[in-house]
Amino acid sequence: MKEKQLRPKDPKKTLLRLFGYFKFNILLFIGGIFFIIIGSLSEIGINALLSPIIDTLVGGNDTGVFIRYILLMAGLVIVTSLSQYIGNLSMAKLAQRTVHKIREEMFSHMEKLPVSYFDKHSHGELMSTFTNDVDMINQSLEQSVSQILISVVTVVGAFVMMLILSPILTSVVFAMLVVMLYTVKYIGKKSAKNFRMQQASLADVNGYIEEMMTGQKVVKVFNYEDRAIRTFFKKNEELKNASTLASTYGVMLMPVMGNLSFVKYALVSMAGAYLVMINRLSIGNIASFLQYTRSVSRPITQVSNQLNQLFAALAGAERIFNVLDEEIEIDDGDVTLAKGCQGRKSSCWMVPKGDGTYEEVPLKGFITFKDVDFGYVSEKRVLNKINLYAKPGQKIAFVGSTGAGKTTITNLINRFYEINEGLILYDGIDIRRINKHDLRSTMSIVLQDVHLFEGTVKENIRYGRLDATDDEVVEAAKLANAHYFIQNLPEGYDTILTSDGQNLSQGERQLLSIARAAIADPVILILDEATSSVDTRTEKLIAEGMDKLMAGRTTFVIAHRLSTVRDSNAIMVLEHGEIIERGDHDDLMEQKGRYYALNAGIAELD
Amino acid sequence: MKKLLPYMKKYIKYAVLCPILMILEVTADIAIPYLMSRIVDVGIANQDIQYVLKIGIIMVAAALAGMTFGIISSHYGAKAGFGFASEIRLKLFEKIQGFSFANLDKFTVASLITRLTNDCNTLGQVTMMSLRMAVRAPFMMVFALLMALNINASLAKVFVVSIPVLVTVLVIILSKARPLFLKMQTKIDRVNAIIRENLTAIRVVKSFNRQSYEEERFKERNDSLMDTALKAITLIVFLMPVLSIVVYSTIVAVLWFGGKQVAAGTMETGQLISFITYITQIMMALMMMSFFFMQLLRASASVTRIVEILDTESELKADENPVEELEDGSVAFKGVCFCYPGSTEKTLKNISFHIDSGEVLGIIGSTGSSKSTLVQLIPRLYDTTEGAVLVGGVDVKRYDIKLLRDKVAFVLQNNTLFSGTIRDNMKWGNEKASDEEIIRALKLAQAWEFVSKYEDGLDHKVDRGGENFSGGQKQRLTIARALLKSPKIIILDDSTSAVDMATDAKIQRVFKEELKDVTIIIIAQRVSSIQHADRILVMNEGQIESLGKHEDLMISSPIYREIYESQQRGVGA
Repeated sequence: MKEKQLRPKDPKKTLLRLFGYFKFNILLFIGGIFFIIIGSLSEIGINALLSPIIDTLVGGNDTGVFIRYILLMAGLVIVTSLSQYIGNLSMAKLAQRTVHKIREEMFSHMEKLPVSYFDKHSHGELMSTFTNDVDMINQSLEQSVSQILISVVTVVGAFVMMLILSPILTSVVFAMLVVMLYTVKYIGKKSAKNFRMQQASLADVNGYIEEMMTGQKVVKVFNYEDRAIRTFFKKNEELKNASTLASTYGVMLMPVMGNLSFVKYALVSMAGAYLVMINRLSIGNIASFLQYTRSVSRPITQVSNQLNQLFAALAGAERIFNVLDEEIEIDDGDVTLAKGCQGRKSSCWMVPKGDGTYEEVPLKGFITFKDVDFGYVSEKRVLNKINLYAKPGQKIAFVGSTGAGKTTITNLINRFYEINEGLILYDGIDIRRINKHDLRSTMSIVLQDVHLFEGTVKENIRYGRLDATDDEVVEAAKLANAHYFIQNLPEGYDTILTSDGQNLSQGERQLLSIARAAIADPVILILDEATSSVDTRTEKLIAEGMDKLMAGRTTFVIAHRLSTVRDSNAIMVLEHGEIIERGDHDDLMEQKGRYYALNAGIAELD
Repeated sequence: MKKLLPYMKKYIKYAVLCPILMILEVTADIAIPYLMSRIVDVGIANQDIQYVLKIGIIMVAAALAGMTFGIISSHYGAKAGFGFASEIRLKLFEKIQGFSFANLDKFTVASLITRLTNDCNTLGQVTMMSLRMAVRAPFMMVFALLMALNINASLAKVFVVSIPVLVTVLVIILSKARPLFLKMQTKIDRVNAIIRENLTAIRVVKSFNRQSYEEERFKERNDSLMDTALKAITLIVFLMPVLSIVVYSTIVAVLWFGGKQVAAGTMETGQLISFITYITQIMMALMMMSFFFMQLLRASASVTRIVEILDTESELKADENPVEELEDGSVAFKGVCFCYPGSTEKTLKNISFHIDSGEVLGIIGSTGSSKSTLVQLIPRLYDTTEGAVLVGGVDVKRYDIKLLRDKVAFVLQNNTLFSGTIRDNMKWGNEKASDEEIIRALKLAQAWEFVSKYEDGLDHKVDRGGENFSGGQKQRLTIARALLKSPKIIILDDSTSAVDMATDAKIQRVFKEELKDVTIIIIAQRVSSIQHADRILVMNEGQIESLGKHEDLMISSPIYREIYESQQRGVGA
């Protein structure tokens, strides 16, 4: 895996944009910061009171003053804890609301991104932005921001108080802090380096585990167990050593800093005792001073950590904003679909004439390609000068090796991608003029990899048309030959499918996806035929379902098996992005070209 | 947890030394505030600079000693923690290697991976933390309490109030927060599930125009996640202020009562100061303990999952005096019934048949007719429920399992290639195979024709899962890999489905000619793949419908005829 960027490229800009999210929670933000500062100031106050209290004790028996100090201290204790509560709660709420909003925006933006975006970015990458990066923002808002604030206030406040108490002792503390800071930096560097090595080793071990577990049955069949254990042993040892080192440095920070601060404590005690002896300092001053020196050590140790975390969160935010800045699929088509005019399904394309009136073109499903060129990246042509037409109700099949451009052609019809050159007409209208939503609402795709959604069988079929009644769902299932197996499921149509329908067989999933397409009742159908081996009986069911589904619709079939294309009105044999043969089955068999070779089993598709 | 302890054995030295060193470190830490009080009460009181210097140097020495102990203890803790985790990870891996297919079916691949990765990592982390925290916090507390008692027993009574208060509040908050955090986790999973779903199925979403529908679905889950998160957070946020209020209230109380004692002359000022330091230490120790318990809770789920694997006994029992030689490749089923573990339904019903060594047997039948189940009994991937399977005239249960599986090559339906080179993958079949042997196997499986086209030939890279090969190529490679075992029996479980018919036919022909002594069993969907087998077994709903030659079956078996005819219609010609 590519190493993630830990530092933002433009922290200021990202931070400002992140602040934008606080707009609606401005009270939480300001209140949170305000109370956190108040909380740490009053905590400093508590410690500051130690000195006069002890001095009154040493000095004499002025009970009145003593009581007043104690009461003041008790008051400050209440202020401290209340402020901490309000401050922390506000920041936590702010964090939750912010990430909630970010998540919502990201998801809704993701839904609008063009398909090409998902080709260029792996699911893992997007998933990680969605989970890890968002989580980091949450954590740093919840903790880092307030910790850094507290640290700064505490350190500054404590230093001011220490300077007031004794500049000499403060310089001792300061010197020690410099030593401590350098130590933190040194250990931090070592630990980061070792941590990276641990991550690399961990990724290696995890990868091996994943591969071996996935192929575990193969391992058994080949008696490969001992060899797998040997390899694993080596990788596991490496990981152990890397983790041990990384953690040693990580954990070491605590005792090192803790004890260095004790050294500081000892030095201050000695110097302080000397100052008391020469009457430059009171005993109470030492008590307070010692409390302060203790209170600055922790923030110093932590602040670098917290800053790193904050920067990592900003880098994450930058990645999130990059996703949000991705251009969404543009939909500027001015031709829309209207229901309730003449023609099939009584739907019409409303083509604006430019003078405010519309020409009504009946929706039929006539598709024409004229000299279409296309490449996913502009330098590399995938399709070259494609010309074809499909009359309403016709079945057009594409045959060819993987990468010949079969799937690409269908991706252009529903405008998942835009063509580079040429023209695609839909009922005589340039498809670029048609509103995408309406364009796609007239088509259904049955894809090679069937994707189902978590939910009931019924919901999954209804995905094709949300307002379909239960009866219509059953009808669609019957048409797709899915009704029989659905009835045999434990809960029938209400059976809940796990993620992506893993609890159904491959064939059953396909039947469901046919039902889903059927309920949408499209004019145009795109079938990406399955390659996976389904048993003969289910295959027959699927083929029958498909046939019923295709009746009366313009259909584009991406064929992987030759047996299913024979009755097509036209078969296009594609190679390297060009149609090299075309015609119906009998024509092509007579031509004795590539199609014939494939049929006779002389050539192979792969 | 007890079950896992033996795996600590190798690291016991570190596991023991780590807390001991930690105790030494704590002792040094505890001594320092006490020494400080001596500086104030003895040194300053007597104006004895020599004494101050002496105690001061002891303090620095104690701190440095503490630091040294601390560093070594950290290192030992990490060694013990990660050593322990890696021992367990190795043990788990070994254990899974010893699993039977039936064992494997019980766990999903994803859950096995999580156990080996996340769970083991968590265990390592938590063990290391425990070795340090679990010792440090209580010792710190006890030591600090003892010191406080030593300084002033009557003042130490404040702890009788403050410690129980803090403990009670911590317990209440944490016990209420735990279920909320668990709930939050499931809600996070739900949110992630829908994101993943939309990422994989984006084309479906878009082609059905379901963007706003999905947004609604997401919104509902996202909202519900925030609600739970806010509830959990509201509770956890109490921790800090509660700690502050208890610590500082205790300090105020100590100042109040201690102040009176100082005024009355029964207590020294320096003692009061160090007493206050001990309060902070005690409370911090308590806090540390509560975090430690949270960690333990996190780890307990991992431990349960790990132990579950360790407790699983392999279902395949080895024979005490295993047969070490396999006579020939004949196979016999005698009244075999089979139920999958955990099921009472018979997947195979009363199967009996015999095939001679060197015979070619085709098996056909619809999905669910248990063709795969049948052949999996031969290399003992599963054990029969009733009856026996004989290979070379001997019950498979009596063989040394390694020998049996070496002699029975099985090309699985969902076959996997592994990352590495083609040669690496071929060597799965035979570790010592020479290039000549590998090429011969590739040729037999009709894979050499495309492998030889690669510039780097056998060194050609194979991506994880063999993703860089087409379905047909993958299948041919896996067949070649199986051939390298030089088996007596070879089973192809629908292994040529993605290979084109011409090549498929070539494989069948070559097998028949070149592997004369090898028993070949082929499961196929396509009649053409098995048509020329010596005999064909037609399976239907877990039973043998018929067994015979193609020509005979066309007459006697209605199922066979139906399959044949439906496929002929497809091919036409």
